[in-house]
Amino acid sequence: MGHNSSNGRYKAKGGDLMSLFRFIAGAIAGVASFAVQPAFAQSDYPTRPVTLIVPFAAGGPTDVISRIVGDYLSRSLGQQIIIENVVGAGGTTASTRAKNAAPDGYTLITGHMGTHAASVALYPNLAYNPSTDFEPISILAGTPVLILAKKDFPPKDAKEFVAYVKANADKLNMAHAGVGSVSYTTCLALNHILKVKPVTVPFNGTGPAMNALVGGQVDYMCDQIVNAVPQINGGTIKVYAIGTPERNPALPNVPTAKEVGMPEWEASAWNALFAPKGTPKPILDKLNAAVVKALDDETVRKRLLELGSEIPTKERRTPQALADLVKSEVTRWSIVIKAAGPSN
Amino acid sequence: MYDLLANLALGFGVVFQFTYFDLGPFAVPIPMNVVFCLMGALVGTLIGVLPGVGSVATIAMLLPITFGLPPVGALIMLAGIYYGAQYGGSTTSILVNIPGEATSVVTTLDGHQMARQGRAGPALAIAAIGSFFAGCVSTVLVAALGAPLTSIALKFGPAEYFSLMVLGLIFAVVLAKGSLIKAIGMILAGLLMSMVGSDLESGVGRMTFGIPELSDGIGFVVVAMGVFGFAEIVRNLEASPESREVLHTKITGLMPTRADLKAATPAILRGTTIGSIIGILPGAGAVIASFAAYTVEKRVSKHPERFGRGAIEGVAGPESANNAAAQTSFIPLLTLGIPPNAVMALMVGAMTIHGIVPGPQVMTKQPDLFWGMIASMWVGNLMLVVINLPLVGVWVSLLRVPYRLLYPSILVFCSIGIYSINNSPFDVIIAAAFGVVGYWLIKHDFEPAPMLLGFVLGPLMEENLRRAMLIARGDVTVFMTRPISAGLLLTAAFLLVLAMLPMLRKRREEVFVE
Repeated sequence: MGHNSSNGRYKAKGGDLMSLFRFIAGAIAGVASFAVQPAFAQSDYPTRPVTLIVPFAAGGPTDVISRIVGDYLSRSLGQQIIIENVVGAGGTTASTRAKNAAPDGYTLITGHMGTHAASVALYPNLAYNPSTDFEPISILAGTPVLILAKKDFPPKDAKEFVAYVKANADKLNMAHAGVGSVSYTTCLALNHILKVKPVTVPFNGTGPAMNALVGGQVDYMCDQIVNAVPQINGGTIKVYAIGTPERNPALPNVPTAKEVGMPEWEASAWNALFAPKGTPKPILDKLNAAVVKALDDETVRKRLLELGSEIPTKERRTPQALADLVKSEVTRWSIVIKAAGPSN
Repeated sequence: MYDLLANLALGFGVVFQFTYFDLGPFAVPIPMNVVFCLMGALVGTLIGVLPGVGSVATIAMLLPITFGLPPVGALIMLAGIYYGAQYGGSTTSILVNIPGEATSVVTTLDGHQMARQGRAGPALAIAAIGSFFAGCVSTVLVAALGAPLTSIALKFGPAEYFSLMVLGLIFAVVLAKGSLIKAIGMILAGLLMSMVGSDLESGVGRMTFGIPELSDGIGFVVVAMGVFGFAEIVRNLEASPESREVLHTKITGLMPTRADLKAATPAILRGTTIGSIIGILPGAGAVIASFAAYTVEKRVSKHPERFGRGAIEGVAGPESANNAAAQTSFIPLLTLGIPPNAVMALMVGAMTIHGIVPGPQVMTKQPDLFWGMIASMWVGNLMLVVINLPLVGVWVSLLRVPYRLLYPSILVFCSIGIYSINNSPFDVIIAAAFGVVGYWLIKHDFEPAPMLLGFVLGPLMEENLRRAMLIARGDVTVFMTRPISAGLLLTAAFLLVLAMLPMLRKRREEVFVE
């Protein structure tokens, strides 16, 4: 955009006003083009805007990642990617809607570790099967999960944390953002590894849960890096470990679970792009290629890394890798959730 | 003090920053942030007027457009939409008895009655003036007391929230203008209905009948539209053509009279105080603030029977409260980085997309963003008054439209609005069902407002009760041992006794007479 002139006033170039108008015009055109729906050949895909369903509220990590990648895809594919937030039932409402959508490549969904893996064990009457009802396109970015605690929680580091939790489990209160959320499933996995069963206190989303943690009303929780970094840097909460194999540049002083002796705790909420079953292969290939390019783009990477998310390597960006991930994750979470038993 | 002034000066400097656009040989200075503020306020007002479409949906829809804008400008615009919607919501409440926003439900009680008496103009004007005053005061509060107020909010744990909700329920009892027993029945019905959905702890569906759309419960807007909007239309159509028109008497003047202003001023002051305090508590929010303000007005009034029949305090108090709450709800966001409600969560998202990480350090690390937003709140409020006061005449003339043309438009707008919340036709069907329920309620002299308050409070009460019990390991005394919680419960008990006293006194008199 413009530049700061020597007297400190922000001097916009004429192009800034134009780019503003262009954005607004683009948005209006994008919506107006819904009125025109010509027949299309698959090789011309996409010929009209594509709807990307996001199973969670706008502003959350999955939504932000979808918007960042979607923004790039809009430009590289030449058609607007319209984000539609369909909230409800831990993301399963959106996934069911995506499953039932026409498999023409104009409806996609950003699924994640909860909607396309843990949901199988959490919802006995799940209306879809993550492995068979969707075509995998590519993994997007993942948000690492951290072990967090209230400011005056006694343990000073991860080793003390493990010992303290094991000794005092029934006196501790663990917060989570609701059954099926990332904070719920990853902390269940942590409890499974530590073989403890603290009291789990449910909240309606990470906002209230984080609020309770900052206020000291609960003892610990597992939350995604995006929500945790501002509080950690502000000194309002404690952090013990991160669930990725390597340390994260946003929090270089936080050890990994592997370093502190819990290599089994792999906690990174992966997000991935899916299409309904039956979407034609040429369209899937085109989308995959576009996503692979998006995750290599400078601006996209910068914005994703600012969030603390981890960008997958090229080998993981194939449809087959995603299909394998879904399968292994379904198994993994089934074990963890069954072991946790019925919720108290 | 000096710091505060310096910071506010910084903020206003950011808002009134001039951006120079090169148009040919001239560099034209345009205060872009003011333009964004105006755009946000306009869009917000429109959204508030349209029933159903709420600020959450709008901000979500407009997020992509803000990608290309500078961060401060984008946030100023989104904030403008939020409190613009609060203003606009009261317009439809007063004119056609349909709350445009959840926070305007209470305004329908007296506001619409005033409209029927030809006093829609004063009602709308007082709503605008009260909201402006509340906005100014709460902006100063946000600026001056942001940090200390946050630390008070942090002391509110589940036990305190539960006690606050109990207090809120007692408010609902006082809200009723007719039979007390019926009001209590309505509150309980609202509480029961709010239980539909998923259990918070186990995720199991309750009263969902296997319908997936019900697994997150019934939406507030859906119920409000059905019970207020659709039911009202059915009832009006049933009436004779003459009494069907909204206006029963001539329109007498567009601006509030001296007497109006005199009566409304204390209400505005009280509403502002209540709204500012309640708005800070995450989750409680503007809805409860407006109900609380209405109840307080009714309690302190020398003639409480006027309420529900066109008392101007019943419009001034709640409107000030909900605008004050809307502003102070920014405090947890700006000081802690924790969004207290869905709209603020969207703002967090918008900030994140622009590379700003909201958190406790925004105040120190990004002072121009922080103070710029605070200054823009004041400018936004000013703009809203400037936009809305002249429009009062336009809105009032809408009331003269023959009902046979008015009600189909209302139906269409309501349906579009309800559909747009979740892109779900099921919601519209539910609203229609509640329309039938609402019609039955009207015919049998039940009031919907207490039911709606019960509906809002139900989940909050239940969740916080269970959380408090979980943390206290089943120890019920926790509600009395924690000081804030104990204080709230005692106040609730006191209010309940006060409300029952007239009943007891009447009984005693009857006994004596015999």
